[in-house]
Amino acid sequence: MDVLFQQLFNGLTVGSVYSLVALGLTLVYGILHIPNFAHGALYMVGAYITYTMMTSLGLHYVFAIVVSIISVGLISVLMERIVFHPLRDSTPIQHKVAAIGVLLFLEALAHYIWGADYQQMVTPYGQVIEVFGLTLTMQRILIVVTAIVAMILLYLFLKKTYTGASIIAMAQNREGAHLMGINTNKVAMLTFFIAGVLAALGASLTSPINLVFPSMGHLVILKAFVIIIIGGMGSIPGAILGGYILGFSESIGATYISSDYSDIIAFVLLIIILTIKPQGIFAKGEA
Amino acid sequence: MAAIFSKRNVVIGLIVLAALFPYVARNDYYLHVLTLAFIWMIAVYGLNLLAGFTGYLSLAHAGFFAIGAYALGLLTVKAEMGFWPAFLLAPVITTGIGFLVGIIALRTKEHFFAIYTLCVGYIIYLVIDKWEGLTGGVRGLIGIPAPADIGPISLSTPIAQYYFVLTILLLVILVIYRIIHSLTGKTFIAIRNSEDLALSLGISTIKNKLLSFVLSTFFAGVAGALYASFIRFIGPDIGNLNITFDLLVYMIVGGIGTLSGPIVGTLLIVWLSQNLQFLQDYRMLIFGPLLTLIVIFSPRGIVGFIAGWFTNWKLRRKVNINQAQEQAEEV
Repeated sequence: MDVLFQQLFNGLTVGSVYSLVALGLTLVYGILHIPNFAHGALYMVGAYITYTMMTSLGLHYVFAIVVSIISVGLISVLMERIVFHPLRDSTPIQHKVAAIGVLLFLEALAHYIWGADYQQMVTPYGQVIEVFGLTLTMQRILIVVTAIVAMILLYLFLKKTYTGASIIAMAQNREGAHLMGINTNKVAMLTFFIAGVLAALGASLTSPINLVFPSMGHLVILKAFVIIIIGGMGSIPGAILGGYILGFSESIGATYISSDYSDIIAFVLLIIILTIKPQGIFAKGEA
Repeated sequence: MAAIFSKRNVVIGLIVLAALFPYVARNDYYLHVLTLAFIWMIAVYGLNLLAGFTGYLSLAHAGFFAIGAYALGLLTVKAEMGFWPAFLLAPVITTGIGFLVGIIALRTKEHFFAIYTLCVGYIIYLVIDKWEGLTGGVRGLIGIPAPADIGPISLSTPIAQYYFVLTILLLVILVIYRIIHSLTGKTFIAIRNSEDLALSLGISTIKNKLLSFVLSTFFAGVAGALYASFIRFIGPDIGNLNITFDLLVYMIVGGIGTLSGPIVGTLLIVWLSQNLQFLQDYRMLIFGPLLTLIVIFSPRGIVGFIAGWFTNWKLRRKVNINQAQEQAEEV
């Protein structure tokens, strides 16, 4: 029984990170209908910036994360301005290719600056504590708590502020939002900023448990796509729920089936879902 | 002037150039690079048929390339089959798997299709990587035989292999040309331009999309089988996403949805890569932004850009001639 709870907790940590990444992806998709393949690269850059801030500038982990999320947010905005804004009226295939171009560039850049080696990020929260017979590390608790706080803040921002509501308005109807006097350019930039922040946050939180390397974003972005297809492209609650569903199924699958193939669970899940419902579970979420 | 540069003469000229290359270059390394480039072109033609002419971007293309390569490798090395039966069977196996994947994948559209095939590609890679009993896992497959002799013709020298691959490439281009200019090709283009419209005209979009998908996997399989017999060692890396992205770069730079795009793009990028050897792993620092820039500024790649410029030039000349005639009449 202990094993099960331990695995459930692991699922919760993994799921929290997945949800953060998927949230950014789903927000961008909701606004611009772009499957942002470069999102995984932002995730990777986020981890590297935190790592560099800690090792070369000696910043504290928390401050390093703050620097990282702001820089990645800005990189994300820059990407929207340079790449996606000029392409706003073109065909879907062009969006995808452009995003892949950015992905390839950022990965090569990381490879160039930081090398191909796997880097270990040290966390000041490595303590192990016992709660109800479970062995938990502070870092994992930090991941879960931070992720949930971030999600609540995002929810409040989207529901309670005018700016946040304009994002939802634009996701629901772009022309309508424009007619109501919403500056769609600003909203698109803001959305990309939030997406970058969430990706960097997720990456920085999980890096001390995993490792930092140039292609670390590949698997995560693939899984994030699976999650937002499970949850409905553009749906925010769907992304959160989907993230945790995947996190739990992976950690339980790893224990009771095979740890070798735990990565494949996400894709099998996706193939089953798209085979049955080609438009995803909830066709075009309400956001 | 125009008569000399007619389409037919240019094509014949290029074929003669390609045929003479081994005697002009007299360099085994260049021959190797060019042969490999020809193999990539075949794969890019497959991708272009589906993405460029039918409008469905498949990101599992390297996966099918790898299936073709591993089919040939496993049939010759493990099943100890002769080269030619294996070489014929490998694309058939790839096409069979492509058919099964296509039936399901083509239920999805646009982004979903891209994401779905991305995941299919990754699964193919994972299976090759993890199924050590069959594929040898990360150690890969070694000792794949080179093409067997056809009667008195030996295919073991680099020059013979060059001509062998070139012949197959020319056949592939001919087949693609015939497809594009047939009713089937027009149907593919109709689906690309508007699937709903095609459907309303009574085109069975599902059947045609599946045909396009299966054909594209067939060419990937042919390219994979050629690759395996040419390099004679294969590892799971050939099914990796990076290969799909390489093929995508070749296609986009050359010109998506154009007949000569795959040749232009592949030659240009392979040539650039050779000249930018010092970049090696960082070559995507240049090709990544190049991909994005081309998509933004010239969506039909280099070929599309030149073709557009040429059409403009022709139009302008026509206008000039007309004006000149009018002026002459006035005088």
